[in-house]
Amino acid sequence: MTVAETRRQIADANRRRYEELRAAGQEGLSRSLPELTAPDAAPIAADAMIRSEEVPAGWYATIRLRRGEALRIVDTTGRASVALIGWREEEMSERINCADTIKVQWSAALSKGRVILTDMGRVFMSLLEDTSGAHDVLIGGSTPASTRAAGGETSRNTHENFVAAAAKLGLGLRDIPPCVTFFAPVALDADGRFHWDGSRKRPRDFVDLRAEMNLVVVLSNCAHPLDPGGPAASAPVTLIRHRPRAAAPDDLCRTLSPEAARAFVFTDQLFA
Amino acid sequence: MTSLTAKSHRDPSSASYMMDVAAERPWSRVLKRGQTLRIIDSEGQQAVDALLYCRDDPAERYSAQDTLRVQGSAYIELGTQLVSNRGRVMAVITADTCGRHDTSAGCCSCESNAVRFGEATRYQHACRENFILELSKYGLGKRDIVANLNFFMNVPIDPKGHFTVADGVSAPGSHVDITAECDVIFVVSNCPQVNNPCNGFDPTPIRVVIWDAPAV
Repeated sequence: MTVAETRRQIADANRRRYEELRAAGQEGLSRSLPELTAPDAAPIAADAMIRSEEVPAGWYATIRLRRGEALRIVDTTGRASVALIGWREEEMSERINCADTIKVQWSAALSKGRVILTDMGRVFMSLLEDTSGAHDVLIGGSTPASTRAAGGETSRNTHENFVAAAAKLGLGLRDIPPCVTFFAPVALDADGRFHWDGSRKRPRDFVDLRAEMNLVVVLSNCAHPLDPGGPAASAPVTLIRHRPRAAAPDDLCRTLSPEAARAFVFTDQLFA
Repeated sequence: MTSLTAKSHRDPSSASYMMDVAAERPWSRVLKRGQTLRIIDSEGQQAVDALLYCRDDPAERYSAQDTLRVQGSAYIELGTQLVSNRGRVMAVITADTCGRHDTSAGCCSCESNAVRFGEATRYQHACRENFILELSKYGLGKRDIVANLNFFMNVPIDPKGHFTVADGVSAPGSHVDITAECDVIFVVSNCPQVNNPCNGFDPTPIRVVIWDAPAV
């Protein structure tokens, strides 16, 4: 057998394996993606509450969560978008990774049942509840330039919020990864152009994010740069830290796909 | 493919630098403002992962999300401005015979390979290993690795959000030219991934060429 033939055989075997994995990831999740959470579902019991706070329009909050705790973000008015970055508390070089999050799950559509991954192949947070299903992982938060372009002058923006919040944790610009933005209905047309689908924003939309490791997150409450309302679209949001029920063996996020299951195995090893 | 593509007619004999980068290996170079780097996919279907840092302050670096926001669309193509995390244009795509490049899929790593393709792929060489080694020459490390460019990598995202690393569309000899708008550290990983089609399941060498002057 020639070297070229051997290389081709190896390449063919790699291709067959990839096609099987892709089919499993896109067409055959281990279980089907759930319906979105109903607006009145998933109330938080009084004894599960840890703390609730309101973040004014344009501002940011830094929150520490222990593994197993959850953060509910509530877009009370239906006008806000909330950008999130975060790090593993014990080793802050490990942080959220949007590229791995969408690549591993074969989807750029983050919604209930999905997870946010770190750059170390572990699960950072799970999307436990989600009334919206309209979140952006591709184009990120507002910046001084984007607010100037939208409003004529620089106004409070996500880039500067992240820089300020990171500094208070002893971190700098190099520690700020690409962000996930909740309640940001960014659609993509067949030509790859981004559009804003405002019909997908509703008052009292919320997400519950379960911490899968001890972590620090920064949330920036600024209008998304594609929001046609501009920087002024921003409105206060409520953040509720709470204790959800412990994950059962058939937990949706832990069992949605073989990839998610493996990421949880690697995450659990940190705490074994 | 709706993207425009353009060849630039540059004479290799007028280049100031030329190097073949072996399959699976990293490469880097300081590109001065005005210099143009050409990356040639010598044998076709080879993804090339790339990161850019401002030489004067490497905390300012290429930002995929800022680049896509400014452009308003999801793929890297002729004319795309590569924007930094401070909103500055670091470089521009000035020629492209391939037509589509990615900046949303990130780079492969041992850790993400193990999640995507199973534990058996953990001990395979990966782009992040290349990036870490190459960045160490500049005093930079893992914290400095951000969402990168993937030249010659075809990652269509459909309106439902499906995200697939599809077969590479670049033919042998395809090239992309990147002209620096400020002095940048340009870091490349010639992608070693054998678990998806980005390299035709068979990583191959690439060539990098630098010209000092703009194309005529």
